[in-house]
Amino acid sequence: MLMRGARTVPSIAKPRSIPPTQSPLWTLRGSITRRWYWAFAVAGLVIPLTMWWLLSASGWVNKIFMPSPADVVIRLGTWWTRDGLLQDFWISIYRVTVGWLLSAVIALPLGLLIGSYRPIQAFFEPLTDFVRYMPAVAFIPLVMLWIGIDESSKIAIIFIGTFFQLVLMAAEDIRRVPMQQIEAAQTMGAARGEILTLVVLESAKPALLDTLRVTMGWAWTYLVVAELVAANSGLGYAILKAQRFLQTDKIFAGILLIGAIGLAMDQAFRALHRRAFPWLHTK
Amino acid sequence: MTDLTTPVATRAKGIAIAGLSKIFAAPSGSTVALQDIDLDVAPNEFVTVVGASGCGKSTLLRIVGGLERQSSGEVRVDGVPAVGPGVDRAMVFQHYSLYPWLTVMENIKFCRRLKAHREGITSSDVEAASGRADALLSVMGLESTADAYPNQLSGGMQQRAAIARALMPRPQILLMDEPFGALDAQTREVMHDLIRHLFAVEQTTIVFVTHDVEEAIYLASRVVVMAPRPGRVDSIYAVPLPGRRSLEMKLAPEFIGLKREILERIRETSGMKTDLEVLRKLTEKAAH
Repeated sequence: MLMRGARTVPSIAKPRSIPPTQSPLWTLRGSITRRWYWAFAVAGLVIPLTMWWLLSASGWVNKIFMPSPADVVIRLGTWWTRDGLLQDFWISIYRVTVGWLLSAVIALPLGLLIGSYRPIQAFFEPLTDFVRYMPAVAFIPLVMLWIGIDESSKIAIIFIGTFFQLVLMAAEDIRRVPMQQIEAAQTMGAARGEILTLVVLESAKPALLDTLRVTMGWAWTYLVVAELVAANSGLGYAILKAQRFLQTDKIFAGILLIGAIGLAMDQAFRALHRRAFPWLHTK
Repeated sequence: MTDLTTPVATRAKGIAIAGLSKIFAAPSGSTVALQDIDLDVAPNEFVTVVGASGCGKSTLLRIVGGLERQSSGEVRVDGVPAVGPGVDRAMVFQHYSLYPWLTVMENIKFCRRLKAHREGITSSDVEAASGRADALLSVMGLESTADAYPNQLSGGMQQRAAIARALMPRPQILLMDEPFGALDAQTREVMHDLIRHLFAVEQTTIVFVTHDVEEAIYLASRVVVMAPRPGRVDSIYAVPLPGRRSLEMKLAPEFIGLKREILERIRETSGMKTDLEVLRKLTEKAAH
């Protein structure tokens, strides 16, 4: 019945199909298959690597300034076997983790309070906003003067670099919790504490985890800064020492290694996100 | 299906609003959102509130729900002044109020996590509560989605879950703030009959704010028309329809007559009439 009705529609009214001149790949905000995605992702990594390799193999650039990928891999090997790569690796991971955890442990509850109560916001936010713009790096001399040059000074620099940002971002995450969610709890008779723990915190958790992921990246930046200035171990220190001996390949290796660690941690956070918040990843 | 009230502890409560005003103070000058509102809602009555935007109907509902404070005047629930939110007054919002991290069932049972609903309960209460959650789930047609997250549901299903959650603790009063405003027309009609059904079964008082006049008439026994600048109660209409409603009633002459009357009132009080007049003159001019 319906089919026949459809067939009697005069041909003029037939919708014209859009000629397939455009590839679906280049549709604005279009979707692509997984295979295409990976093809582009691999190309995006392989092409720069190849260009680097070509540049170093061509001999245009002095090896002292631009080592070849192979040099870097070999250096990574000798660093591992002879120069204590693992020690550098672990000490750096330790500093980042402790500094970042310390700032998270204090910043998250503070952010929850700042984002929930106006008086606390008024008390802390202008101060935090101000301190945030003081460059953490500039605190290094002060930190060395006050704390010295042992482990705690590196941790302190990472703390200073991430804490103030983390507080403000966490407070913002808390403030973004929709008022309707809070009011729904109020009309169900929830007490203030219950709203904070059962609604606000739960609602903001995914955003908070993202904030933690982002600040973990910054913690690595400040680690390298701290180790360049005030350390005798760690990946940042190894990079600095390599510069003194003109070991460009080791500088490359160190930078790439830190990049790889950052990428791995980022992916770990994303996996945790998918795990912890299934409701955000189901459709 | 009529067995939603296993232990009949609920008794609908009445609302008495007297001399209620709300003034929003701002540096640029204060606005009178509500001026001297007097309104009584009887226990187990279904009242809808309509009016042009800016007439303060949502503000009025939020004050009754305890989410906002009045500047002066009083709201009494069964004779007791209502200050702040209370478990006797549940509220359903237009959208985004379900908790996206909880499944539909967990959302409906959310009130069980709150101290206000756990005090002095026995194990048989817990059992009854779980039976009630199941019953609400089934009357709302949500059984197959009990373990789904809200973002997996359509807008209509989400609102059903939100209503079920509000009804779960057996509120004596249900306040609804344009709950179907974001739904399409067909879904809305189904929701209307569902709400009428729940009203018959649950024995609660319902105050329902909407901008849709047809919805207001179809649902209620009385329609309150509010007017803006300053927000006030303009007129109240009794709906001459029997308790059991059906869609054909919307075509009955008395339904259409009432709809016309109310629409006319809203146009007159909202300044829309002058806008229409201007448009009519412009069209005439263009025709010449």
